[in-house]
Amino acid sequence: MKITREDILHVAHLARLNLSEDELVKMTEQLDNILSYVDKLSELDTDNVLPTTHAHKSVNAFREDAVMPSLPLEDALANAPEDNGQMFKVPRII
Amino acid sequence: MQPYELTMVQAMEKLDAGELSSVELTQSCLDRIAEVESDVKSFILLDGDAALNRAKQTDVERKAGKKGKILGIPLGLKDLLCTKGITTTCGSKILEKFVPPYNAAVVEKINDEGGVLLGKLTMDEFAMGSTSESCCFGVPQNPWKEGYVAGGSSGGSAASVASGECLVSLGSDTGGSIRQPASLCGVVGIKPTYGSVSRYGLVAFASSLDQIGPLSRDVADSALMMNVISGYDKRDSTSVNRETPDYSKALTEGVAGLRVGVPREYFGEGLDPEVRKIVENGIDILKRGGATIVDVSLPHTDYCVAVYYLIAPAEASSNLARYDGVSYGFRDHDAESLIDMYKQTRSTAFGAEVKRRILIGTYALSSGYYDAYYKKASQVRTLILNDFKSAFDKCDVLISPVTPTPAWKTGENVDDPLSTYLSDILTLSANLAGIPGMSVPGGFSKSGLPVGIQLQGAHFREDMLLKVAYNIEKAVGLGAKIARRQ
Repeated sequence: MKITREDILHVAHLARLNLSEDELVKMTEQLDNILSYVDKLSELDTDNVLPTTHAHKSVNAFREDAVMPSLPLEDALANAPEDNGQMFKVPRII
Repeated sequence: MQPYELTMVQAMEKLDAGELSSVELTQSCLDRIAEVESDVKSFILLDGDAALNRAKQTDVERKAGKKGKILGIPLGLKDLLCTKGITTTCGSKILEKFVPPYNAAVVEKINDEGGVLLGKLTMDEFAMGSTSESCCFGVPQNPWKEGYVAGGSSGGSAASVASGECLVSLGSDTGGSIRQPASLCGVVGIKPTYGSVSRYGLVAFASSLDQIGPLSRDVADSALMMNVISGYDKRDSTSVNRETPDYSKALTEGVAGLRVGVPREYFGEGLDPEVRKIVENGIDILKRGGATIVDVSLPHTDYCVAVYYLIAPAEASSNLARYDGVSYGFRDHDAESLIDMYKQTRSTAFGAEVKRRILIGTYALSSGYYDAYYKKASQVRTLILNDFKSAFDKCDVLISPVTPTPAWKTGENVDDPLSTYLSDILTLSANLAGIPGMSVPGGFSKSGLPVGIQLQGAHFREDMLLKVAYNIEKAVGLGAKIARRQ
């Protein structure tokens, strides 16, 4: 096994997902399959290969540090599941 | 001939000549939608009244002398392109009621050039899929044959154009999501070079791979649409600042002297004999036209599925962290603590494939596994990029199949993610390398399903793809066809 039930539970917590017992069983099996498959990458020697994270060689894209109009409060809150007219409301944190 | 059957270029000529109004053209598309939508199921949201009002407006503007590259053309958008004031769901319950406060850059461009929006098109949830069957708001069907998939993730974008519901559409391609449905539905589709079309306002899946592109019924229409949507945008920091060519100028007859590469790894085991024959016919067409056919090798092709299914989920797990139920989208209101609210919101509203990819991605990026998975995949990505660099020293364009088989039956691979992932093997590399790729109709299988031919080129050489596709289209004679069920 490449991945265990406990690994999946740990990763699900990191990703802020709850899994039902059925989902947990299925995901463990499917991820194990997928991870066994991707193991074929270990056939390749990549010791001296630089990773590619981006298709073009690009440099930092800087912009002027200028004040620009931002989204009006009303628009920013328009899609909020819950708000008080000024801020997004969430369940009590502390 | 009904107006909806016109290509965009033909329709523009008639509109400019005063032989057709945008209202007539738009109404013709709406009539066609009324006729076939119950079979094709391309639309998540259709707003005929808004489209007719906009069409009327463009007719007035045209009379007043306004110019626009697509002034009065009815079109559809994959439902992951933000449209101000119009719901944008990304095919997911988590964004079911999301109304963007701004337009995507490509939507601004379409509006500026006079496009008429018919509606938003079906797609796999968060563009994660190869059949569009994970869409929460209707699953598009293959417009040529009942019971077959339209492909994905831009399934609605392909099915709507193929069936004559809209003249052109936009999709997005992260691992083949424009080219594959274009091939399975018998339309033209382009995944442009990474960085040539702004991703501002595109709901992100895998940011280093995502690219927006057109789907259309012939090559000339895709070239015209590329002229509309391409160009630098400072709001997308990966957008490349270069002059945008006039893509329509690439559509010239003759391929003499062109070096056409045939990547031998794309013709291996598992390739359907009918698909092979159709692609070989495409190669013959170019050979007869005077092109030199070159045997090339892309030796790391066999590793692209493994690389892709680590990098794309890793980026997705990070991008989709924003769906937390706080500032927009679905929230589960039953949770008492913040962390339970996150968990219940995400578990209720994400579908199985999205959860699967978030889990793979989170695992590949997690402490202790990062080097073995994400870093290793990024290193092999370099080898894949180098394969293409060497290939394009020897040839100007690569020709191959888009998918190993024609469209398959609905429901076939729903519970077997790995075998669905493997069907993407011929399209994933272009996204990993950031090169442009295109599907152009090449023929039909005996069972009546369309088969596309894939063309891939060096960075920013869409002109080469368009030229070759244009010549194949002329020889094959499948341009501008409307799909009709047998």
